[in-house]
Amino acid sequence: MIDFVRSVRLWFVPAEVRQEGGTPDYRFSLANERTFLAWLRTALALIGGGFAVDQFLPDLRWGWRVGLALALLVAGVLCSLRAVNHWARCERAMRRGEDLPVSRFPALLSLVVAVVAVVMVVVVLVGWEA
Amino acid sequence: MSGADAAPPDRDPGLQPERTRLAWRRTTLSATVVAVLAAKTAVHGGATAVSVLAAALCCALWLAFLRIAHGRIGTLAAAHRPRALTPAHAAAAALCTLALAVCGAFLVF
Repeated sequence: MIDFVRSVRLWFVPAEVRQEGGTPDYRFSLANERTFLAWLRTALALIGGGFAVDQFLPDLRWGWRVGLALALLVAGVLCSLRAVNHWARCERAMRRGEDLPVSRFPALLSLVVAVVAVVMVVVVLVGWEA
Repeated sequence: MSGADAAPPDRDPGLQPERTRLAWRRTTLSATVVAVLAAKTAVHGGATAVSVLAAALCCALWLAFLRIAHGRIGTLAAAHRPRALTPAHAAAAALCTLALAVCGAFLVF
């Protein structure tokens, strides 16, 4: 948690990042940036999925429809927060010459997506109720 | 590039700035899809005051994201060895995404 607060501070005080360690090869920084953008696209896709559930499954019961849409939207929020946090941690690790941080998040996200997908299949097959 | 001495001799063979520029473009395109879906949801759901406001906010957020992406692309193109993304830029892009999701929650409800 304290680590997270420190990371949040780093987002808004860029000068502090620059003081630590040395500047890495710009290509590594750009690769880190592209990874960040890929995660941001994942977040946007999850948010778009939330809208799609709401729009394209109109025959579902209100609770299921809103529940699934909100689950996808929340996953998008977590994904975007994690994207910027992971980017900052990678950038700092590269400046200090440390190993890049490892993360459980990809595994967690894929589990969540799998669960949402299974729920969606079940709900669509069973829960047709206008 | 074609053997002319005027071309920068140490041009990055991996085209990293170009790839990063395209990554920003792709991400903006994803944000566009989300904004369009948000507008569709607002219109489809009967266009109440809340939904119209949320959809307008989504469009504003999309514009903000476009601006961030455009600024970053300008930085990438300006220098031969572009500076790294600043944390403020990264946080702003992520916050736009987050705010889109919050608007989406209001639209879906």
